[in-house]
Amino acid sequence: MLSDGQGTLAAMLISPTLIVIFLVVGIPIAMTIRDSFYTKSNKVDPTTGLLSNKEHFVGLQNFTNALTSQLGTVPGEWGNLPRLVNAFLNNMYFTVVCVVIETVLGVAMALIMSKAFRGRGIVRAAILVPWAIPTIVSAKMWWLIFQASGVANRILGHTYLWLGDSASSQAAVIIADTWKTAPFIGLLTLAGLQTIPAEVYEAAKVDGANAWQTFVRITLPMVKPSLVVAVLFRTLDTMRMFDLPYGMIGPHKYYVETLSMFAYDEANNLRYGPAAAYSILLFLLIVIVAFLFIKLLGAELITDDEVLALRAQRKRQKAMHKRAKAMPTITSGESAV
Amino acid sequence: MTRTRSVRKIALVGASVASVLAIAACGSGNSNSSSSGASSGGANWTQTGPITYVQGKDTSGKVQSWLDIWNKAHPDQKVTLIELSDQADQQRASMIQNAQNKGASGYDVLSVDVVWTAEFAANGVIQPLPTDMKTDGYLPAAVDSATYFNKLYAFPSTSDGALLYYRTDLLKAANISSPPTTWDQLKSDCTKIKAMPGNSKMICYGGQFQKYEGLTCNIAEWINSAGGQFLTPDGKPDVNSTAAMKGVDTLASWFKDGTIDQKELTWTEEPSRTAFESGQLIFLRNWPYVYTLAQTDATSKVKGKFAVAPIPGLTGPGVSTLGGHNMGVSTYAKNLGTVKAFIEWWNNEEQQKAHTIATSNAPTLTSLYTDPQLTKQFPYLTTLYDSIKNAKPRPKAVRYGDVTSAIQDATYSVISGSADATTAFNSLQNTLTTLTQS
Repeated sequence: MLSDGQGTLAAMLISPTLIVIFLVVGIPIAMTIRDSFYTKSNKVDPTTGLLSNKEHFVGLQNFTNALTSQLGTVPGEWGNLPRLVNAFLNNMYFTVVCVVIETVLGVAMALIMSKAFRGRGIVRAAILVPWAIPTIVSAKMWWLIFQASGVANRILGHTYLWLGDSASSQAAVIIADTWKTAPFIGLLTLAGLQTIPAEVYEAAKVDGANAWQTFVRITLPMVKPSLVVAVLFRTLDTMRMFDLPYGMIGPHKYYVETLSMFAYDEANNLRYGPAAAYSILLFLLIVIVAFLFIKLLGAELITDDEVLALRAQRKRQKAMHKRAKAMPTITSGESAV
Repeated sequence: MTRTRSVRKIALVGASVASVLAIAACGSGNSNSSSSGASSGGANWTQTGPITYVQGKDTSGKVQSWLDIWNKAHPDQKVTLIELSDQADQQRASMIQNAQNKGASGYDVLSVDVVWTAEFAANGVIQPLPTDMKTDGYLPAAVDSATYFNKLYAFPSTSDGALLYYRTDLLKAANISSPPTTWDQLKSDCTKIKAMPGNSKMICYGGQFQKYEGLTCNIAEWINSAGGQFLTPDGKPDVNSTAAMKGVDTLASWFKDGTIDQKELTWTEEPSRTAFESGQLIFLRNWPYVYTLAQTDATSKVKGKFAVAPIPGLTGPGVSTLGGHNMGVSTYAKNLGTVKAFIEWWNNEEQQKAHTIATSNAPTLTSLYTDPQLTKQFPYLTTLYDSIKNAKPRPKAVRYGDVTSAIQDATYSVISGSADATTAFNSLQNTLTTLTQS
């Protein structure tokens, strides 16, 4: 429980961070929101050929245009759809497929890394190397592997067109993303595994639990807090995926185009208003997903006694507030009479 | 206490989306930039002083030494080199950013890709050149590519055109005396060569059919070589005319019957070059840079076994797409007197010749194509001149980024077999009509 003086101290200590967050997150968000309501005219002066470049307020038009077929449709995995909807579906598809595969592989990697055996250091290093490579570098690496006459096709003995614009390109993105980020989940899960005391396993052994029972009843529940955080991070990361498909497959490939790629492309074509609008939509999407995650799976970034105490205090205050609020309503009702 | 809660939320959400928003935030701050900017009236083309020259990464390593020659002769008008990324997209973005910041990056002379002219001119990134800068003796196609609304916005500096590389050894073995000039000839020559023992696995024709800018260059050649055109002289799209559709249909049929291999759907310049050098291809459409590499690369299996010809067309030699760079002047450039003198000096005969020798980029001065020293070093130069003098620029559009991606979408859907040519190009015609409306 905090005393009154501590609250002021806490505010002072935290204010530098808040100011930095305001400068690097708050202001860009505010400017982006403002931009998303404006658009530039693309009318060319018929005598000089120059654009007027005057911005004008269009309200929600940047948002509505993108969600309808107003600006035409693009052919992708999901049929002919507005480009934003297509990008959204790609985002969701990549997020679900990649995160599921990565979680399974990541947990498997963590289990291997946590075992004591000869050469464990080498195995750990080998598993973690992909995570250490910058994404754009791994994108270019896989770009080489996935060439029509590249290593992947030689091994498979069939010429798949990984780098074209087709379902194969989606597979290429999923393979490369899984390769790169499963170790991240592995790493966080490993940290969780190492906090499980050996006594619990010994007790399970004494009780005659088999390997599967031990895994499902002990390992998974006890590793859940770190695993959920890892999955949450990966989900948010995959939802704003950009450099991997952009660097490996390229722009304007509707089978792999994500919301970030679409927004970037719009900005690149000097349409900053729509680009801002699409970024806002992605932002809201990520906020909603993050919120749901925390509510449904109970992902907690900080779980110590202090936080729990704070929460209890907050609840009490809220209840008190409610009671306090109920009183004036009655008074005002009386005075109105 | 609500403070703690909001901090946690911000930290959680903020960290994960900051990078996305940073992209969008780049758009801010340009709200009051007016495109006409400094270009109207006030340009003083006599003031001298130090300037900068901005281009993509200098792969020849020679640019500075040429600037040194200029700087030695003009110590009070020094030219400083600013090298940008080797990626065209990023060069373009840097140049646009310079204009949006009202010249804060200090760019004066810009090396502008031929396809950026209209967009840069309309958005006030570059300004019109003074009317006393004459382009007589320069390639008409290159001058055309630098002209927007009847004003010269950039000075022709380097050029590029497509060549048909063919295997002389194979043609000779099949008793074919000259390289094909039409598509039908190319196909029948190929059939003859493939019928010979050991050649059955060869690919007839190589090109650049990945979905990127090169695809626009390639499809433009198919359409122009069939007598069609992308835009009519007054700027109206014309991609679904009977003539244009002949070109598109021929290309589609070559993909269907295997004259062009399916894997070429992922080829850019380099994969097509390595395929030719490894002996998989009989004919290759590519830029002149391949010539020297295919003759000298240690891994090349076709050294001394190939030659070049103009690309084929429907009824005779085809029409190449024009590439290259021109020199534009930033709207916010200072010391325009020096800028003008420098551009003229940089593109005089002596300098262009030196550039061609060092970089093997094609010159824009027509006289250099018959220069004995150059034709000796670059045996393809005479053929290239035939290709370039008839070459056509890609559509000049203010929204070129949208135009080229619409062209790529339509073309890619046809060659990958996911759409029928007539449907795809009728819808491309509609899209281009919307995009080029003014």
